[in-house]
Amino acid sequence: MNPASSATDPRLLLLNPADNCLVACRALPAGEAVLIDGRSVTLPRPVGMAHKLARHALAVGDKVLRYGAVIGSVQRPIAIGEQIHTDNLASDYLPTYTLQDDARYAR
Amino acid sequence: MPVEPPTAEPQHPAPLTGFLRPDGRKGIRNVVAVAYLVECAHFVAQEVVQSFRGEPVHLVGFPGCFPNAYADKVMRRLLTHPNVGAVLLVSLGCESFDKRGLEAEVAASGRPVHTLTIQERGGTRKTLAEGIEWVRWALAGLEDQPRVPMRWDELVVATVCGGSDGTSGITANPAVGRAFDTLIGQGAACIFEETGELVGCEFHMQRRAATPELGEAIVQAVAKAARYYETLGHGSFAPGNADGGLTTQEEKSLGAYAKSGDSPIAGLIKPGDIPPAGGLYLLDVVPDGEVRFGFPNISDNAEIVELIACGAHLTLFTTGRGSVVGSALAPVIKVCANPDTYARLAEDMDVDAGRILHGAAGLDEVGAEIVALVQSVAQGRETASESLGHREFILGYKAFEPIGPSCLPIRRGV
Repeated sequence: MNPASSATDPRLLLLNPADNCLVACRALPAGEAVLIDGRSVTLPRPVGMAHKLARHALAVGDKVLRYGAVIGSVQRPIAIGEQIHTDNLASDYLPTYTLQDDARYAR
Repeated sequence: MPVEPPTAEPQHPAPLTGFLRPDGRKGIRNVVAVAYLVECAHFVAQEVVQSFRGEPVHLVGFPGCFPNAYADKVMRRLLTHPNVGAVLLVSLGCESFDKRGLEAEVAASGRPVHTLTIQERGGTRKTLAEGIEWVRWALAGLEDQPRVPMRWDELVVATVCGGSDGTSGITANPAVGRAFDTLIGQGAACIFEETGELVGCEFHMQRRAATPELGEAIVQAVAKAARYYETLGHGSFAPGNADGGLTTQEEKSLGAYAKSGDSPIAGLIKPGDIPPAGGLYLLDVVPDGEVRFGFPNISDNAEIVELIACGAHLTLFTTGRGSVVGSALAPVIKVCANPDTYARLAEDMDVDAGRILHGAAGLDEVGAEIVALVQSVAQGRETASESLGHREFILGYKAFEPIGPSCLPIRRGV
């Protein structure tokens, strides 16, 4: 894997230069300071291993790029360093089904 | 992609060995397959197999009583698969499966085959006894069969992913892609699949197709998959995928797509179609026509079975969350994407690709490790799932039209 630019934290992967998200190589707690494109950012929320966080602030309707390709559209404003997941990103093809979101399966 | 002429350089030993079959193909395992032809015969067939624990006797079968052309084709391909040396069919007697046609095809392939019909044999106990006796005879016949030299261009390797998470697409899947590129470079045929898990990648794949017509066929196959899943209301996306950091179908797709490597796409095949030459093939697993019979593949093993029906000798299975499955008939090599999962399930895994995340290895290194493992497994080394006794199998109903003329632009081998 190409490491992120030298100005980005080694715990974060930039998979393609065009991407606006970074992938966490390990779980990072809220409040952790990380380096994104030369800028120190305090994580507003925890980020799980292999989860994504925003490389810069994203607005509703923005396309999120991973591998240089679109993986969906932003549903709520996302701050730099904030985790990108089902609560703020939606598929442009098919709805995402999770156990938590579906009352039939909730305990 | 043309096949290299069969000039096995005499100064080098053959890279692989296999069991030669009368049709010229070679198997990397020598299995007695016991096949039930309806669920009503499943138990008796299973009891026969369980009498041979630890021996190469594998259970396959089709549960339905209603006839289905797809299941018929898949069963014929499985039971004449190069890893299979002999076949016992177990029928109840009143089901619709064309057992005589299947038996004739297996016999014509030069394999020992025997059919036991429970209603004619006098019930469970008598059928079981006769089945055990026949399998013992068949095993003895396969015991002394020698392995013969085998070339890379006689090998078919498949890949699937299961229990994917955010690590899959950055460690195990691209590492398998590197392995595919190496194997294809040696002349092997490699198959990736699940057009429903490639939604969002169709135009990337189109650019890699050997001809424009094939590229168009691939785009149409993915559009068909997207329609199919839309009708069913679910993509190929399980809750565990989201827990593992994947957010959308297209994100999962892009990660899965990395398994295909960088080689040109030589063909688009359907379950039971055998690649005519080396190169990279996409298996279209989504049925044709209106939505019938439910979800295209209800679990990972359904895909593995279809890949084996396309002649795959072994399957590279990438997993992030941690699948433990193997398969009947053909070995499964488990490539673990997630370092935490590997730490928990190491005994079930063959390759620790998650170490890429910690910088302990690069993609090329893990890709080379996978190729080396393919070679030793093809020579007989047991995979983790084989040594644990995994032999999962599932086959259900589907409907397919035959592939069109644009799907295999290379000429068909004899």
